[in-house]
Amino acid sequence: MASTPPASMPAPLGLLAELTHRCPLGCPYCSNPLALDAPQTELDAATWGRVFREAAALGILQVHLSGGEPAARRDLVEITAAARAAGLYSNLITSAVGITPGRLAALAQAGLDHVQISIQDSFAQSADRIAGYDGAFARKLALAAEVVRLKLPLTVNAVMHRANIERIGDMVELALKLGAARVEIAHVQYHGWAAANRSVLMPTRAQVERATALVEELRVRHRGRIVIDAVVPDYHAKYPKPCAGGWARRSLNVTPAGKVLPCHAAESIPGLEFWNVRDHSLADIWMNSPAFNAFRGTAWMKEPCVSCPRREQDFGGCRCQAFALTGDAAAADPVCHLSPAHAVVAALASVCEDQAYRYRQMR
Amino acid sequence: MDNGLDLDIRPRLPRGVRLVHNEAHGGWVLLAPERVFKADAIAVEIIKRCTGEASLREIVEDLSKTYSAPRERITTDVTVLLSGLAEKKLLELNPQSKEG
Repeated sequence: MASTPPASMPAPLGLLAELTHRCPLGCPYCSNPLALDAPQTELDAATWGRVFREAAALGILQVHLSGGEPAARRDLVEITAAARAAGLYSNLITSAVGITPGRLAALAQAGLDHVQISIQDSFAQSADRIAGYDGAFARKLALAAEVVRLKLPLTVNAVMHRANIERIGDMVELALKLGAARVEIAHVQYHGWAAANRSVLMPTRAQVERATALVEELRVRHRGRIVIDAVVPDYHAKYPKPCAGGWARRSLNVTPAGKVLPCHAAESIPGLEFWNVRDHSLADIWMNSPAFNAFRGTAWMKEPCVSCPRREQDFGGCRCQAFALTGDAAAADPVCHLSPAHAVVAALASVCEDQAYRYRQMR
Repeated sequence: MDNGLDLDIRPRLPRGVRLVHNEAHGGWVLLAPERVFKADAIAVEIIKRCTGEASLREIVEDLSKTYSAPRERITTDVTVLLSGLAEKKLLELNPQSKEG
């Protein structure tokens, strides 16, 4: 069996390694599926090591050690060392809860390249309410200081929604104060838990417009001091996002139990056959897994995508969103103004309800 | 950002930024926090010299000799590249020179 993809198939760049679905926080916009993988199904460290070596051989350059909260794994240092040994660049995507200074030092020693810490808001009371965890905010600030002290590069990730979108400026200021070189202003993507909380999280159009303009202004103001990356709020956009850079084009996602997905929400599309790293090599999965080939390239497209000049640019948008909002995973992402179902998005984007969050939790 | 960089700076890649060669992606790439940048042949020759040891003056001198190119042109090319990288937080310019 061929172990490297043919020239016609691009090599992936990134691997999202969901080490566990356990997480102390309960963020209502979590991108994990509603059906979380149970701890006893998690891959062991040795298997992750093999997956990382297969990933590097396949051309993958970076691994994102994520979850859930990756620090919930006792063997996180061992797993990180395996990523480095495989030659991968490692990003730790963490809530900061569960990482002591000693453990962080061990991770740095193991070759960790970069730390991304999430913040939920610019001040403790609101941040802890959104996270559903008292004291989380203080722990985040403490770990961020420790990351900087160890001279590891720090990114602050801030997910935006109705409850915090007015404080983008404050959150960027906080990121600067913490010593981050980069901040991600990521508007909620409505999959998984976020879809279940959509109307509670949805910002108003006016808020989104102000936020978009402000991010541009902040980029200019802080040029050279901090890099501001933004994930655009697509419910209020004209064109869809090329989700994950196009289905099965740039990255893959391994779940805690070893299932390999083209994106973290892909299991929301019924009928797709996913393969598991316990049964197949990563290269075999990348090239031959039915789920990866289902929407690879442009052959699966229908109108308006198939004749669209942007088809190789946004790849029809997000397949999961197309399915969730139209019932057809091969339809155009209804975020696109050319989609016949575009009105659905506008209707959902206008529903803002103030209710209690449905916090993410493992059953 | 203004074009003039001090020739005494000793630029280097910060921790978390690595220049690596990768066949599957067609050559040299700069790996940074959650980002990957392709590096063309000229950029690679410049970045490889940004070790924190050599001063910008020495880097320009070296490139100018190696490629038999006028120093002014090299200075412009290097300055543009380094300023752009620094703005993206992919390079430390280290104006305080060697110590630290």
